[in-house]
Amino acid sequence: MIGGDEAVQHDWSGGAAAPASNPDGAWPRGRFGMVAFLASEFAFFSTLIVAYLKYEGQDRVGPTPQHSLHLGLAVLNTGFLVASSVTIAFAAKSLFAHRVGAAARWLALTVALGAAFLATTAYEWHDLIVGQGLTLRTNLFGTTYFTLIGFHAAHVTIGLIVMVMLLFMLRSPQTRAKLAEPLELTSWYWHFVDGVWIVILMLVYVLSR
Amino acid sequence: MSIVADTTRQPATDWTTVLHGWVTTVDHKLLGIMYVVSGLVFFVLGGIEALLMRWQLFAPNSHFVGHATFNQLFTMHGTTMIFFVAMPMIFGFANYVLPLMIGARDMAFPRLNAFSFWMSLFGGLLLYVSFFAGGAPDVGWFGYAPLTEYTFSRGHATDYWILSLLVSGVGTIATAINLSATILAMRAPGMTLDKLPLFAWMMLIDAALVLFALPPLTAALVMLLLDRSCGAHFFDVQAGGSALLWQHLFWFFGHPEVYIVALPAFGVISEVVPVFSRKVIFGYESVAAASVAIGFISFGVWAHHMFAVGMSPGLDSFFAGASLLIAVPTGIKVFNWLATLYGGRLRMEAPMLFALGFLGMFVLGGLTGIMLAAAPIDWQVTDSYFVVGHFHYVLFGGTVFGLMSAFYYWWPKMTGRMLGPKLARWHFWLLFIGFNLTFGPMHFAGLMGMPRRVYTYQAGQGWDVWNRWTTVGAVVQGVAMSLFIINVLVSLRRGAPAGDDPWDAWTLEWATSSPPADYNFETVPVVRSRRPLWDLKHPDDPDWKHE
Ligand code: HEM
Ligand SMILES: [Cu+2]
Repeated sequence: MIGGDEAVQHDWSGGAAAPASNPDGAWPRGRFGMVAFLASEFAFFSTLIVAYLKYEGQDRVGPTPQHSLHLGLAVLNTGFLVASSVTIAFAAKSLFAHRVGAAARWLALTVALGAAFLATTAYEWHDLIVGQGLTLRTNLFGTTYFTLIGFHAAHVTIGLIVMVMLLFMLRSPQTRAKLAEPLELTSWYWHFVDGVWIVILMLVYVLSR
Repeated sequence: MSIVADTTRQPATDWTTVLHGWVTTVDHKLLGIMYVVSGLVFFVLGGIEALLMRWQLFAPNSHFVGHATFNQLFTMHGTTMIFFVAMPMIFGFANYVLPLMIGARDMAFPRLNAFSFWMSLFGGLLLYVSFFAGGAPDVGWFGYAPLTEYTFSRGHATDYWILSLLVSGVGTIATAINLSATILAMRAPGMTLDKLPLFAWMMLIDAALVLFALPPLTAALVMLLLDRSCGAHFFDVQAGGSALLWQHLFWFFGHPEVYIVALPAFGVISEVVPVFSRKVIFGYESVAAASVAIGFISFGVWAHHMFAVGMSPGLDSFFAGASLLIAVPTGIKVFNWLATLYGGRLRMEAPMLFALGFLGMFVLGGLTGIMLAAAPIDWQVTDSYFVVGHFHYVLFGGTVFGLMSAFYYWWPKMTGRMLGPKLARWHFWLLFIGFNLTFGPMHFAGLMGMPRRVYTYQAGQGWDVWNRWTTVGAVVQGVAMSLFIINVLVSLRRGAPAGDDPWDAWTLEWATSSPPADYNFETVPVVRSRRPLWDLKHPDDPDWKHE
């Protein structure tokens, strides 16, 4: 039963002029797909944030956000991510204009900024875990903080892996031509990850301190 | 002959070649069939679990299964039916039909589509592997904390439950991404959104509900998993965690979920009722708009599942009000279908029978839903068999009847063969009678105080007779579903050839052969109205002159 019959041939002209193809606008499917994916990511992170806010300030034992979080590090990290959002936008723009070299340089810069973000996070976590003894098990703050920040950092990591793959593919003339749209979609994802971080900055690092 | 030389599907003689074809396929039609088949297999498993429970409850003080087994049975039954029957069957039909309906070659992301199917299947297998790994989960299909915490659920049964829903949930989200991109970007020339078939409209709204409702469940499951295996405290009340947070997160998913499995049935009915009434749908725009309204409101009613936990009167009123509000757009759609039927030349064939069954039963379930939405009534009957009766009228009478309608309607397209009309009528009437025998009496047992999820009960409380009827009804339904399976098997071997368009229908899937060629359409269809096939068949009086 695999496969099917020969298809019938119909005359669709219907005695009238054919309507335009691609009914509404010119968005390719990848863009709709990425928007839908980001919508689901929005719902996912919103849930983690709700859990964080629900337990904020309810700890019976320390360490608490007031004691352990460095606003300075978070602001530095925000600088890295916001800058990387700008650089990836330039990368996508360059590739659409067929300036492959420029696109690769902007993309490499984005990777560097993202890596700096992860390095700062690692430094911060090292201090929290080793220095202050805060883990997932310690208290509600540890539970919600590491889950939220951990999932965000995982998203940064995945974004970096994708970008490194794009960088390699940019080197080959065969794949290069088709990369503008994927790079554009990667940049949407990256802006989203950046946006989540800014919400985290406001709620976790500013408000609950 | 297909246009593309296709070497992998040349004479598929030995079974390894056939198996290889199915396992590696990214074709929406084959994936759709696999979704539907896997849904049917799980339907049999979930049905057996239900029959075992009913056997136990047939008479008071029964010792057929013990309490521990009974807890596993209702947990597995509920989880299976929602996640591994209703959703896969829906996605199966959507997969098969949607690209054809909108004149596309395939889904937007065929490989992602295969990924979704396999995730969904592996999720179901994970759930059932638990039987062989120390016992099935027994925490109920909504897995309330803190019962699910490691302190109270030792062993790995609950972990299997969590992982099963996590894995299949990822597949479901991927499907929703695929469906929305397909409907939004892959339509045939001329098919603007106001010419989109209503089934496609419903699936678009459905996909949006999945995108916003499923990830919160995923996040909650991750939290639970972290609690159980890494010592986190999300739902750990001893360390200040909140059991109530789980209820909120679960029902924030759970109520939209009931619409995730109901909207596709609305979509099927909106295709079947017009074709079998020989009329265009009454109020196309209002069906689509009412469904969008349902989609929005369904995110604001979740705590009507939690009236009994003692929220504030303000919150109770809000959630009761919102729940009543959702009945308005639902009512609008019911009147649309009724108005379509009114004055039509009704053809009482199997798809139509199930569509009409859907209409009656879904309205009954909606009415008890309105009763439950009134918080004071809910306090009286919550966690009783009344609730079980209610949600089976909507889930079985709504979703399953809708899916059966879809099955009879699209089976000829999927296989090129008709299902036997006589067996189909037996199937419908036995199922309809058995269904009402089973779930009608549950309301009375519940009103008389019988709690849900009890494995046995004392005689002399007035519950016996209702339980007896319920079990009799369950057996009748079992017989009905066996007739259905027989019909399917017979049709596969020697069903009457269906031809391209056995129902004289109007949407694009009927414009190609049955089953369609790999590439779906020889020439890309061009759409000028909501009934492109009508236009094709009646060039002298096309719809687009009137729309
Ligand atoms: C007019 C529309 C509806 C209203 C007002 C409504 C209302 C309610 C309420 C208030 C409850 C909670 C009862 C309790 O636990 O005490 C409930 C339970 C339930 N409803 Fe509905 N409902 C509606 C439609 C649906 C639909 C369309 C479905 C599925 C297709 C559905 C499936 C369920 C399920 C599965 C439960 C049981 C949840 C559990 O296990 O506690 N309902 N409904
Ligand atoms: Cu609900």
